Amino acid sequence: MRLPFRILKFRFDMPLFLGLVVLCAVSLLILYSAGGANSAQLVRQLTRIAAGLGLMLVVAQISPASWRRYSPIIYSLGMVMLVVVLAVGFIGKGAQRWIDLGVIRFQPSEAMKLAVPMMVAWTATQRFLPLPVWYIGVCFVVIAVPAGLIGLQPDLGTALLVSFAGLVVIFLAGISWKIIVALLAVVSVSAPLVWQFVFHDYQRRRVLTLFDPWQDPLGAGYHTIQSMIAIGSGGKTGKGWLHGTQAQLDFIPERTTDFIFSVFGEEFGLLGFILLLCIYLFLVFRGIMIAFYAQETYDRLLAGSIILTFMFYVFVNIGMVSGILPVVGVPLPLVSYGGTSMLTLMVGFGMLMSIHSEGRKLSRT
Amino acid sequence: MLTIKGKPAIRDHLREAAIVQSRLVMISFLVLLLAVILIIRLAYLQVYQFEKFSDLANRNRVSTHPIAPVRGLIFDRNGMPLAANERAYNLEILPKQVEDMDGLLDAIGVLVELSEKDVEQFRKLVKYRPSFQRQVLRAKLTEKEAARYSAHQHELAGSYLVAALQRSYPEGELMGHALGYVGRISDKDVKRIDKKAYGGTHYIGRQGIEEQYESILLGEVGSEDVETNAHGQQVRALTKQLPKTGKTLFLSLDTELQRKTTELLSGYEAAAVALDPKTGEILAFVSVPGYDTNPFVNGISVPAYAALRESDRRPLINRALYGRYAPGSTIKGFMGLIAMSNGIPSSETVFAPGWYSLPNSRHRYRCWKKTGHGVMDLHDAIVQSCDVYFYRNAKRLGIDLLHDEMSAFGFGQKTGIDIPNENSGLMPSREWKKRKIGQPWYPGETVITGIGQGYMLATPLQLAAAVALLANRGQPIIPHLLTAVQDPDDGTLEQIQYKKPEKLSGISDAAYAEVIQAMRDVVHGPRGTARKIGKGLEYEMAGKTGTAQVKSIPQGQKYDKKNTPKKYRDHSLFVAFAPVDDPKIALAVIIEHGGGGSKVAAPIAGKIIDFYLVDRLGLYNRDPAPADETKKASQSG
Repeated sequence: MRLPFRILKFRFDMPLFLGLVVLCAVSLLILYSAGGANSAQLVRQLTRIAAGLGLMLVVAQISPASWRRYSPIIYSLGMVMLVVVLAVGFIGKGAQRWIDLGVIRFQPSEAMKLAVPMMVAWTATQRFLPLPVWYIGVCFVVIAVPAGLIGLQPDLGTALLVSFAGLVVIFLAGISWKIIVALLAVVSVSAPLVWQFVFHDYQRRRVLTLFDPWQDPLGAGYHTIQSMIAIGSGGKTGKGWLHGTQAQLDFIPERTTDFIFSVFGEEFGLLGFILLLCIYLFLVFRGIMIAFYAQETYDRLLAGSIILTFMFYVFVNIGMVSGILPVVGVPLPLVSYGGTSMLTLMVGFGMLMSIHSEGRKLSRT
Repeated sequence: MLTIKGKPAIRDHLREAAIVQSRLVMISFLVLLLAVILIIRLAYLQVYQFEKFSDLANRNRVSTHPIAPVRGLIFDRNGMPLAANERAYNLEILPKQVEDMDGLLDAIGVLVELSEKDVEQFRKLVKYRPSFQRQVLRAKLTEKEAARYSAHQHELAGSYLVAALQRSYPEGELMGHALGYVGRISDKDVKRIDKKAYGGTHYIGRQGIEEQYESILLGEVGSEDVETNAHGQQVRALTKQLPKTGKTLFLSLDTELQRKTTELLSGYEAAAVALDPKTGEILAFVSVPGYDTNPFVNGISVPAYAALRESDRRPLINRALYGRYAPGSTIKGFMGLIAMSNGIPSSETVFAPGWYSLPNSRHRYRCWKKTGHGVMDLHDAIVQSCDVYFYRNAKRLGIDLLHDEMSAFGFGQKTGIDIPNENSGLMPSREWKKRKIGQPWYPGETVITGIGQGYMLATPLQLAAAVALLANRGQPIIPHLLTAVQDPDDGTLEQIQYKKPEKLSGISDAAYAEVIQAMRDVVHGPRGTARKIGKGLEYEMAGKTGTAQVKSIPQGQKYDKKNTPKKYRDHSLFVAFAPVDDPKIALAVIIEHGGGGSKVAAPIAGKIIDFYLVDRLGLYNRDPAPADETKKASQSG
């Protein structure tokens, strides 16, 4: 019997690692300002970063082939837990998103962010590319079932992100443009119909407020408006570290978690944002390179999905705090304070490192 | 290439790699597109709209807090303080900082006494005022309470102990009816006041001078720019504009005369108004019983207020201002003036048998003197207060003329005093009766109007103003309390100029002289109804007694003071001015259920005038006994 991972060589990628460390340093810097110089919070975040990096290195040692082999099992386990969470929530008559394991609270939907693209990649590689049309339908089912369960929790934001990760895999697997165009056509025709005939008045209003915060500046729009004020008033070079008035005077809500970029934008301005974006782009393009040079189709699909999803988080978060996207509760990857999302991301980067090393190893032999 | 049923049988790695890699290239462009979108958005916010958001951030950050001005002081004519501001500790709450208001109030209630009224008033204010403004929960904490609270303040987030100036009235009850008081701004007030001008101010003038001159006393609100966080907590002060203290008011009141008058009237339900007939300045404005206004400043307790409101003596009623009484015989002097200017010579005599009847009627209008006064001319009728003479005059003149001419003396008219809620009294007319009662005017009603009975009603203030007009030989005055306003910052004093109403026309100087002579003889003549008070005066006083019936006595019965319950006993009135030649004081006194005007009101009025002329002005000596004079002479020599 073979071990699930072979320690032939320490799997590692220096550029990815350095990029992550720099990003985590930025996180600590801005968290210090956003959290009001709360050192306990900093220590907790630092612990998480260390644990995350450690976990990443452990994950990196597992070969992509093993990940591929266990994809159906991981996916099935995730599905079972999603059902359990839903059932518990149903019995307890309250929305639930996590399972309490005593020591940690485990959030199955978070695991699905990786399990779904893994499973779609696994499914896709059961056939040869390009996939037949009916088989793409199978892949859609693989995405739709967990996304539906998560949407029932209800956690629409995560459901969309999970779907996105899965859809990226289908896209990478070479879904034909005809199908893409056809799907887009269906969506663009049905959306107005749903809007007109399925949505209730209050639902329409809620959606409109999501997109136009000024309609309800003291209620639903308050977060976005205060965040836009913070970012806008930061100007080209920002008000300086620890000198953001919106941040320091508590006007930015949730400013250590989802809205941490408002603090960053206010204190470091446009210049700071561009530098931060450069770090993100560096990580993303390194990830795309890893995917590009991977040896197995599964590896390419998974790596591509992980890294594009990462970029998508960045886009959604900054888009949301700067007022071009509705507030959906997506943290800024690796910068926002909070544990669960960081662990998922680190596992993802661990997989990237593993894929990277596998690619190099194979290309050498 | 191997195929099974036209499909590849083995994986074509190169082809798959090409598919995925081409898609990865597309994704790279997608990533760049997303990055560019974000850069454009951020540049739009941070460069293009920078000014707008910078301004919004500043408006968030800086909040302007009002600084309440200090209320203006009030002094009497001699510089005695009537309304002052004393330092007190108030417990205030900033609603925006409180998460659990009920919990906080309960916690504070343990340390500091909170009445239901305090809490209720506070909650109303919280409802109607901005949540970032502090509101008073309890005013004037005792030292013990302040200490207890301070020890626990850290547990009571959102509450503050604030040193504030609080209105106090050193003379308390003595000046209550004239000054009014300030009270906490109520939810009703909030709806009508200029919220900006009252920012930070918790009190507003109620009644009296405090209400009348609210806008002068209030001062101008200052402001302070404070850096404030999202929860309304002040982080640091930025700039400050100091408030402007309210102006100081000087009143014409003479506190000592007020005190003396109040003392003389104590025990009665009574009112007296004394004024300087030349200027209209009010020297004393007394309504007894009064009430201490100090407890009203922070909201008098419910039982204490109920006690005041339900007291039989009705201390809350400002009798001088809106107490309405039949003026009785006090109007006979004015009736004399009207008679003379309408073709009834003063020398014309009337035989007074003790009663008067209208032609073709057997109803007898009785005189207070049952046996009758005999043959009366105007002078004697005033001096001896002959009712029959004036019954006849009234009948001859008619109600229409009486109404018009009496109105010219101010009866039925507001005097225009600078105190709110003045009552205009009542000078009846045909038109009035038709409108109010829906009946025609009967001749008998004209008859009794001639002696100030029937429908006619006057306030003590009106009587005093009318007497001043008489003392001035036809020059009306507007009674007033405010004489000067001082700016506390630069000390500039502004004397208030009151417009002088036009002198009455149509009444000759000779007519005034005759009536004044008659009223002098009321006090100094051998048959005057108030001759007792004229004895031993160094100066001459003109006056007129009045006895106003409260309950009409049925035909054929006699008024029996002993067996009449107090509430049906006659009101006792006296109006006077002195000295006759150069009037310094005009006075009206009304004592409810006091009995005869000559017995009760006149002696008191005499003492008030004497106190003012002798003790306050020092113009004359009292009881100029030769022994005293020599003593004084030797002292001064």
